[in-house]
Amino acid sequence: MAGNNGNGMIAGSNLEKMLRAGHFAVTGELGPPTGSKKEVIAEKAEHLKGVVDAVNVTDNQTAVARMSSISVAAMLVDMGLEPVVQMTVRDRNRLAIQADLFGAWALGARNLLCLTGDHMTFGNHPEAKGVYDMDSIQFLGMMRDMGEKGVGQSGDELEGAPTFFLGAAANPFAPPYEYRPYRLAKKVQAGAKFIQTQCIYNISRFKEYMQRAGDLGLLDDVYVMAGVTPLKSTGMAWYMANNVPGLDVPDDVVDRMRAAVSDIPKEDKKARAKAQREKGIEICAETIQQMQEIPGVCGVHIMAIEWESAVSVIAEKAGLLPRPTV
Amino acid sequence: MKKGSWVQNYPGFLEKLYKFAEGVFLGLDPVWSALGYDTSEKLIKPGEDLFKTIIFDCNECGQCVLHYTGMTCPMNCPKQLRNGPCGGTRLNGHCEVHEDMKCVWVDAFERSQRMPLYGHEILDIEPIHNWRRDDESAWINMLREKDGTYEDSEPEKLELADKKFWE
Repeated sequence: MAGNNGNGMIAGSNLEKMLRAGHFAVTGELGPPTGSKKEVIAEKAEHLKGVVDAVNVTDNQTAVARMSSISVAAMLVDMGLEPVVQMTVRDRNRLAIQADLFGAWALGARNLLCLTGDHMTFGNHPEAKGVYDMDSIQFLGMMRDMGEKGVGQSGDELEGAPTFFLGAAANPFAPPYEYRPYRLAKKVQAGAKFIQTQCIYNISRFKEYMQRAGDLGLLDDVYVMAGVTPLKSTGMAWYMANNVPGLDVPDDVVDRMRAAVSDIPKEDKKARAKAQREKGIEICAETIQQMQEIPGVCGVHIMAIEWESAVSVIAEKAGLLPRPTV
Repeated sequence: MKKGSWVQNYPGFLEKLYKFAEGVFLGLDPVWSALGYDTSEKLIKPGEDLFKTIIFDCNECGQCVLHYTGMTCPMNCPKQLRNGPCGGTRLNGHCEVHEDMKCVWVDAFERSQRMPLYGHEILDIEPIHNWRRDDESAWINMLREKDGTYEDSEPEKLELADKKFWE
């Protein structure tokens, strides 16, 4: 890996070790509750333990106010699960981001995903003022300098600088398509060591994107983890295809979901739901297997939205269990 | 929501105009220096704002990057992103926030490809914004950078293995 000083670990996290060792890494996702109900965390975490190498903790996902990602990350550390702290630039300025991340490191978080964040208008506080003091690329640059030079954004030396294993998101499925690989290049140059992509359903477009990223010389410098989300129902597939900006769900995927219940009478709602879930898991596991064949894909990020129990089934089906130890 | 103008669809003309204006403006530096940059700013700012607002729907950030961004003002992006589009661009190329508005970066990228002089700069990494420059004259700030009054960071070049796209 260029730029990583040979075998020099940055954060020494399990995720970093796993990727460096060349294992096909697996991350999951945990969405914190929309209040203080702590039990939810333990319940969701239980589904992911031993199944994934690290767990992303979302930061006010879809711009809905939730328990903070750092507090949940600290709870996961206590439970023996490794968190990937997600942080957006939507809700915090450079002072708050740094302050919170100093604390996150002190509480044991070692992986950080630097994001822009969904716009406020998508969530439950559309009247809120967006911060956007910086963008995700500048955020990465700030954290890289922190790790490498021991300085904050001001340039002042820190009393202990966090050296997070830095990650970023990438979306190959949104226009302008030709520009997307360059945006990835910017993120890599700004300090991203791993990438978690938007959910992949359009596999041919993803392959083109990876090909271009390879041509630009990026894949030697960054670990790309393919994002996947199991579909729960035809309704969800249709909704994602038509109403979620930045997602590309081809018709054949929606058709496959629909075909899963074509023989089951409409009245038998239970059987229909079960058949759709099974099909969603099957498609997801298949996608993961296809991802393993694509040069430069180093792992998979399974985002089972409000469906954490599906992750172990998917991982098992895709042949990713048991997880290696490093 | 950005409005912009039809002139923006001639980015090749606009970048030439910019280059010419920059030459003239920098050539007149002895005049601006003699007046003092603060006084010059008062003289220049109204015209600068009027022109940039009509043509680019300028947001007066005081750190103009138009020729880096396809002569398209990135501060019209609802997230004010200066380094490229977010992941929410709709499949039809429109903004995730304003359905009727084309993504600022879809326009910016398309236009930059019709800009032989500065088009490649859309690959540069823009540094963290200095919000104290809000409502200042970006033209005068160019001179303040030159004489060291301001020390804002410069954009960083992107290092790529394959540059043929832009050559």
